[in-house]
Amino acid sequence: MDNKSLVSIDDYTKEEILEVLARAAEFEKNPNCNLLEGKVVASLFFEPSTRTRLSFETAISRMGGKIVGFTDSSSSSVTKGETLKDTTKMVSNYCDLVVMRHPIEGSARYASEVSDVPVINAGDGANQHPTQTMLDLYSIYKTQGTLENLNIFMVGDLKYGRTVHSLLMAMSHFNPTFHFIAPKELEIPLAYKIFMDKNNINYHEHTEFNDIINDADILYMTRVQRERFADPLEYEKVKNVYILKNDMLENTRDNLRILHPLPRVNEIAVDVDANPKAYYFQQALNGVYARQAIIAKALDL
Amino acid sequence: MDAKKELQVSAIENGTVIDHIPAEYLFQVINILGLDNCNNSVTFGNNLESKILGKKAIIKIADKFFEDDEINKISLIAPHAKLNIIKDYQVVEKKIVESPDKVIGIAKCMNPKCITNVEEVTTRFKVIDKTPITLKCHYCEKITDHKHIEIM
Repeated sequence: MDNKSLVSIDDYTKEEILEVLARAAEFEKNPNCNLLEGKVVASLFFEPSTRTRLSFETAISRMGGKIVGFTDSSSSSVTKGETLKDTTKMVSNYCDLVVMRHPIEGSARYASEVSDVPVINAGDGANQHPTQTMLDLYSIYKTQGTLENLNIFMVGDLKYGRTVHSLLMAMSHFNPTFHFIAPKELEIPLAYKIFMDKNNINYHEHTEFNDIINDADILYMTRVQRERFADPLEYEKVKNVYILKNDMLENTRDNLRILHPLPRVNEIAVDVDANPKAYYFQQALNGVYARQAIIAKALDL
Repeated sequence: MDAKKELQVSAIENGTVIDHIPAEYLFQVINILGLDNCNNSVTFGNNLESKILGKKAIIKIADKFFEDDEINKISLIAPHAKLNIIKDYQVVEKKIVESPDKVIGIAKCMNPKCITNVEEVTTRFKVIDKTPITLKCHYCEKITDHKHIEIM
């Protein structure tokens, strides 16, 4: 019903993205405030996602808000067969803002239409996860000082990874050059190549993961998941090809930072963690500030 | 000169003739236009010979003139349909069906994990390509291409 919701990263214009990033920087300087004092935020996790939920709940707590909700659908009326529409309508009567995680694609958009208060999408199936994208953007902005004209290398599962797709869409405002490193089975989908062609965005595809990363400003690693492969042999062939090891970083740029949406399995060797170019743990912390800024914007605070 | 053929569906005095409907979609066109609940006299023929379609259907609705956005709904399944507006047994206007920019409540999203296939939600699509017609779901943001368009 309202346009204050954040369902898809496309809901933000370039100006709004920059506005939220600037706000996130303010929250990083002063994370504790009373902006949400007297406000109740419903945190509806229809499927468990501990990382995202804790990040949101930390953001809300640091802003002085109260949280109601559930952490997976087994503890909610969903098990009694209540529809998403009814749950959302009921909860939106109680609170000032809804944060929702749901396994069904499009559920967040639908909830935003039936809710009387803004809805922030904390992931709807394989579709969108815009607060992850905003924290990725904030991490890039913070470490590079700009979002413009960067060389972004994305590695791993580029076919199914929603974080990859949303980041690609969001970065398209800022004249990036993309390099996609993935096995043929997991290459970037055609729809995104058409999108980049239409928007005159430079991109290059590679199957080898080697010293081409020496030109990178950002190396965005993702997990290659076994369940994505129809043929287990194919998985065995590629599973160890896209692993980042510390010695591969020797000739990379000083400003290079390595991002990963986490959880990682083995795609970044543990010896990378000590390298100053590793940024994935700080990246996760940036999520709290980015979410504080998103919440503040949704509530016009 | 063509010999005047015998009409396979009898003529109407005033109203609308929808021609070149693919034969398999006749009843869906009737549904979409709500002709099953229409009090006007409706005559139709199905599995008629057509040079373009092989088999076609034709519908004649007496004393009924459609708004453009009403009739454009059938473009999803009958992109080649042609409309003849009849007044006093004469064709006074010919129209072709045009693809709309939005499709609401007619087609099904092909993504089984879409909320519109899980709960009772009216489907909404943006038409992102008109030839062939390609839909993008307003909810799950997935593409339903023309081969997978299913009419509800």
